[in-house]
Order: sequence, then C-alpha cells, then structure tokens
Amino acid sequence: MVLLQISEPGQSPQPHQRKNAVGIDLGTTNSLVAVVRSGMPETIAGQSGDHILPSVVHYAAQGVDAVGQEAVGFNVSDPLNTISSVKRLMGRGINDVLMLGDQFPYTFQQIDEGMPKIDTVHGLISPVQVSAEILRTLVNLAEQSLDVMLDGAVITVPAYFDEAQRQATKDAATLAGVKVLRLLNEPTAAAIAYGLDAEHEGIVAIYDLGGGTFDISILQLTRGVFEVLATGGDSALGGDDLDHAIAQWLRVQSGMNESLNPMEQRILLEAAKAAKEELTEIDQVNVAILEWEGSLTRSVMNGLIDDLVARTIRSCRRTMRDAGISVDEIQNVVLVGGSTRNPLVREQVAKFFGLQPMCSLDPDSVVALGAAIQADILVGNKSAGDMLLLDVIPLSLGIETMGGLTEKIIHRNATIPVSKAQDFTTFKDGQTAMVIHVLQGDRELVDDCRSLAKFELRGIPPMVAGAAKIRVTYQVDADGLLNVTARELTSNVESRIEVKPSYGLGETEITKMLQDSFSYARDDMQARALREQQVEADRMVEDLSTALVKDATSLLSEEESQCLNLAITELQKLRLETTEHRVLARKIEAVGKISETFAARRMDASIKSALAGQSLDDIERG
Amino acid sequence: MNTSNDCFEIFSIPIAWDVDIEGLQVRYRALQKEFHPDRYADKSDAQKRLAVQTAAIINQAFGTLKSPLLRAQYLLERSGVSADQESYITTDSGFLMQQIELREALAGVTSADKPWAALERLRSTVETTYENLQSEFQQFYSAEKFDSAFNTVAKMQFFNKLLQEVEQLEYELEDL
Repeated sequence: MVLLQISEPGQSPQPHQRKNAVGIDLGTTNSLVAVVRSGMPETIAGQSGDHILPSVVHYAAQGVDAVGQEAVGFNVSDPLNTISSVKRLMGRGINDVLMLGDQFPYTFQQIDEGMPKIDTVHGLISPVQVSAEILRTLVNLAEQSLDVMLDGAVITVPAYFDEAQRQATKDAATLAGVKVLRLLNEPTAAAIAYGLDAEHEGIVAIYDLGGGTFDISILQLTRGVFEVLATGGDSALGGDDLDHAIAQWLRVQSGMNESLNPMEQRILLEAAKAAKEELTEIDQVNVAILEWEGSLTRSVMNGLIDDLVARTIRSCRRTMRDAGISVDEIQNVVLVGGSTRNPLVREQVAKFFGLQPMCSLDPDSVVALGAAIQADILVGNKSAGDMLLLDVIPLSLGIETMGGLTEKIIHRNATIPVSKAQDFTTFKDGQTAMVIHVLQGDRELVDDCRSLAKFELRGIPPMVAGAAKIRVTYQVDADGLLNVTARELTSNVESRIEVKPSYGLGETEITKMLQDSFSYARDDMQARALREQQVEADRMVEDLSTALVKDATSLLSEEESQCLNLAITELQKLRLETTEHRVLARKIEAVGKISETFAARRMDASIKSALAGQSLDDIERG
Repeated sequence: MNTSNDCFEIFSIPIAWDVDIEGLQVRYRALQKEFHPDRYADKSDAQKRLAVQTAAIINQAFGTLKSPLLRAQYLLERSGVSADQESYITTDSGFLMQQIELREALAGVTSADKPWAALERLRSTVETTYENLQSEFQQFYSAEKFDSAFNTVAKMQFFNKLLQEVEQLEYELEDL
C-alpha cells in the first residue's frame, strides 16, 4: 500500500513531482525493461504480451525494419542482415572479433581504429547503433506503457565489462536519446532485486552466466550497504559458447563439412540452442538438421560443455582469493542469467560453494528488476534510506612506461569512485612533449593489456632529462568510466581528456549518427536538449540557493556571496528567456565555475564535521 | 577540493599506528552513505562532479588506513619524514641475505616436488616477517625514532612486494 505524505507544519512541501525512470537489462540474448510501480518493481510487457525482447535487430535496405521477436524470424532466412548477440562486439576491436571465430555470420569492415562495422544491406552499421535500436525499442515500450516521458534509465552492464565496453554502452544510450542515471553492474542489480539488503548480513556470491558474458561477484552486505569485495569473470564466455560447442558436435555428427554458409551456420546454432534448452528438463532429445536425424543425451552434452563450466569455476576461485574470502564464509549464492538454468552449471556451482544456490527469482528478469529499484532511488522518488552500493573496477588501469611495460595506477577491485595520481618525468634533455598511453589489464606487458587511449601532453618547458615533473591523474567515476589528466607541475601546462577508448566512437561520429537517425527529427532533438538544460538550470538554482542560505555566512565573504547571488539571478533570467540550449548550457557551466570554490569549501567542511566527535555507537545508531 | 584532508581527521579517529579496522569500516560506510555520488544523482552536474571527488578522497583515505604499509608511510609523512623509499639502499647485510634467500625460494617454487607446499611455506615465512616488521615500526614510531621507523618501512615495502609476487605465483600455478 502506498501511504500519502504529509509535510511537517511550517515546512513548505517540496513541489515534488514524481519522476519516471526505468531499469534496462541490455543483454546479449534478451533485453528487458522494468519500472517500480506502487513500490514494487515489475518488468514491462510489449504489445504481444512478452516481457522479454530478444536482442535482435533486422536491417532492410531502407533501414531497421524489425527489432525483437519479429527480427528473430529473419534469423535463418536473412542471416547477414539479422544482427544478434551484438553485445559481444561492443567496445571490441577487429582482433577480438576475429578471436570469436566463425560465431558471427556477418561480414565485418574495419574502417578506422574503432569497432569493426557490420556490412548490411542498409550499409555499414556499428554495434553501438544496433544496441541503440534495442534501447530505443525498450524506451518506447516503457513510455507507451506508462504513458509518460522518461527522465532517465539505469542500464546494466556485466561487472567484468572494461572501460571500452562501458563507454560503448553509454554511447548507445546517447544515440537512443536515453539519459543514463547510472551504469549498474548486473550482479549488484541482482542482489538488490533479491532484497538482500533488508534481512541479510554477510557475504554473498553472485554467479551470473548470461548469453555472452560470465561474472562472479563477491559482495559483503552490512546494514543496507552492498559492498563489492571483488569481481571477476570473462567478458567473452556465455551461453552462446555452450551453443557453439554443441553446434560443433552436431556438425561433425551430421557429416556437414567445416565451411558452412551463413544459413547452415544459423540452422546448426538454432538446433544446438533448442537441444540445450530441452536438455534442462529431459535426458535425451532428438535433433534433425537438414536431412540428418540423430539424438543428443544430457551426459554427452555435459561432456561438450564441462570445460567451459570449469572455466567459470576457476574464475570463482580466483575472485574469492582477490576478495580474501574462503568458500565457507559465503552464506548465499545467487544465480543470475538464463544459462544458469543448465543442470551442469547448477550442479557445479552447488558443489563448489557447498550451498544450494538461490534462484527463486526468474534469472532472466532479476537484473532488470534490480536496475528499476536503483533507478527509482536515483531519480529521487524514493528515499535511499540506508541502501548504498559500493562497486569496484574489474581490471587494473595503468600507463605505458619505458620498455613497453605497464605501470598500474589503479588496481583492480578498487572501490569506485577512485582517483589516483602518479608523477612521471622526461627521458631526454629538452623533451617538450610526452605520450600518455592509457591501458587496462593486469598483465605486465603493454601488448597484453587493452589500449584505451593515447594522448600527448605538449608544451613542457625544455629542461634536462628527469627535471620535469608530470603528474598524471586517473579518475574513475561511479559508472566505472575513466577520466585522465596530465599536468606538468613546474609550468602548470595541462592536458585533460575524457578517455575515449581507442575502440569507441568519436564525439563527431556520435553527433553524425544522431543527426542521421531518422527517428529523431532535428526539432525533436533541439527540444529535448533544451528541456535537459532547463532541468539542469533549475537544479543548479535550487542547489545553490539552498547552499547559500545555509552556509554563506560561515564560508563566504560578503563580496563572494554577492557575486554568487548575482550569478543565480542571471541564470534564472536566461532560463526563462532563451530557447537556445547551447546558450543555456554555457551559462550553466559559467555559474558552475564561479561556484566551484564555494562547493569545495562546503564539501570540505561537511567531510570534516560528518563524524567529528562521534563514537562508534553514535554512528551505528545513525 | 582541498587535498590536504587528513586521513585520520576524515574518519575522526586518533592519529596512531593502531587502527581498529572494523570500527574504521563502520565509519567508512557511514561517510559513503552521505557522500557517495548516488546521493547526488538528482543534483546539478557541478554537485555530482564534486561528489565523485569527495567519495574518491574518502575511498583513498580508507585504503591508506587499511593497508599497514600505506598507513606506516602516511604516518611518517605526517611526521615530516619523506616516505619515498625508492632511494633507500639498505646497509643491513642480514636483511639483504634474507631477501636473496626468499627470492631464490620464490623462483624455485614452480620446479619444486610439491609446488603448493613450497608456496605455502614461503608465504608463511613472508607473512610472519611482515608482521614482525609492523610491530617493529610501531615501536620506533611511538618512540619517535623516525629514522629507524623509516628503515623499517623500507623493509616492509620489500615484503609487501614479495607477498604480491607470491599471490601472482599462485595464479600462475593454477594455470599450469
């Protein structure tokens, strides 16, 4: 039951408008959208009544002509233009794609350094665009079903997704016109959905085997705080790989030769997938492929996939070691992802942890449900109460040093947000520029790590080798996205970049795609952009005014607070007058700059006073 | 953001080598409940950016106090002793011998008859010595013998590195 809120007498009630935010599970095989209604999260069904949208997009010559179940219908008849499992291509380079072998029937084109594009009848399509189509479909579905405009979405990603994969996901949201409230790790979302915060304390393992990715996360739950101790996995191992192992066996059994055409590949894969799914219930299935007929038993299937399952268990062992946890300390194991329906997977997980795993929620929808709960809190509908998520980065972030070696700056499993600085110096006399090569991975050699970005710090004043002091700062935000700055300390020359991964899309490329996207008329885009800036302006005015009332006397000089008051008035005026979103955005930025010092002083003062003089008992009582 | 925030002051605990880690965790969570960017999701972008920085400072301070090595270095720094041990050259020949022996043991693990047992023996030696060095540091530090404390921290750094290498080796053994 929803209780109506009544404010305390004398305190003006906030004109609190309910905001609309959804949770989106953008999966390899299936995607879902969920929302909190009347306090409970629920998945939203499409017109056909299905809650699950297959992550499949079909392209015809004039553009996208089907998304979801409808597109699945083209899988066999038009395999080259029916794009599925695109999540496996997000943020990946051509070499990663080639490593997946013949899993994809598509023709890839490598245009520049970025992600390879898929050659379709509609032209070259980036995996980001395909994901954007899926996101757009889910958002439309939600907006129609709820009859509102969405204010934002929490989009889930595998915990083991690296920087490039996260950035690609965020880019897809930008393309789809969705405001991302947070990229949330899938296992964490699952833990929220299970309501593990409320009654559980202790250590939980989340085993998430999806269509294309495997994640294992170890979480510590303490009074509503979800603290990820360590996360591990394999962003290229999932149910798809089980299908391929089975398909490979079927190919040999049915006497098909190795070079299959795309249609035969599809037929084999579909047969493998169907057999795998049936074998979760029964011990033997009959399989027919073209003229061949045969049968597959569960024990033969287990033999085909046991190596893959063993790989996931090995990841579990490593991640527990990273977390400094032994198996007997784990109190609950939660299964997430459609592939955890597989009996061998369940058996091996139960055996390893010595526990019967929790699987009372549908493994397909649990992630979307958790994301919806978090979206509802972030958008401000529900007080977060005691709930807090403390997530980690899955892979170390480093920098290239002399001799092709990687120097780690932020270690894996560091709690985010995190910021670390390290000083470097010049190698040659008179050196005036320096290349900063940003890497992700845990190996020593640069070549074994993923290259995220390369940029140059120029304008270093000429000095003898070793005299310059270059401070490189890595900052990872709560979405797990990295920002790198470099500064020469003796001269203060600065170079700042938002790391755009080498495999990502450029800003101009995104803008162009947005403009090309026919579902976005230019006017629409302008209107949406203006609306976003207006909301931002209102927020800023509200934040600043409240802050001034509270802290102006203690933290600002007379002159400083006059200056800020003037800035607020100007912003309010412009907010009402202008229809140009860029003009408003510039003003917001300017006011932000003016108020930076004040904000920093406030934060500083509040950090210092937050716990001052409090005993442990005081804190625990809250 | 003022980066001169004192780690101990942030958590409002006494400046000392001894830190009650469980209590620190309680304080850490209470702080993050207030300052984590998720608490600022509906605020202006400027506020959000500040929240990211603040939460990062809290995380870093927590990390510093949790780790014996980082905490020791931080305490020395606070006392005005440069804690950069990279320039440290030990003249303690006993310590050097011990390092050489341990490094040889590390290199020999993979080819040992029972590599896992050899690894565990090595780990326990390294861990014990590391712990002894920590109590040594505590004694020097509380007696304000900062030069000796400095030398001990340099040794701790060697052992911390060894421990990491033992861990790395464990991963490699598993892959064999």
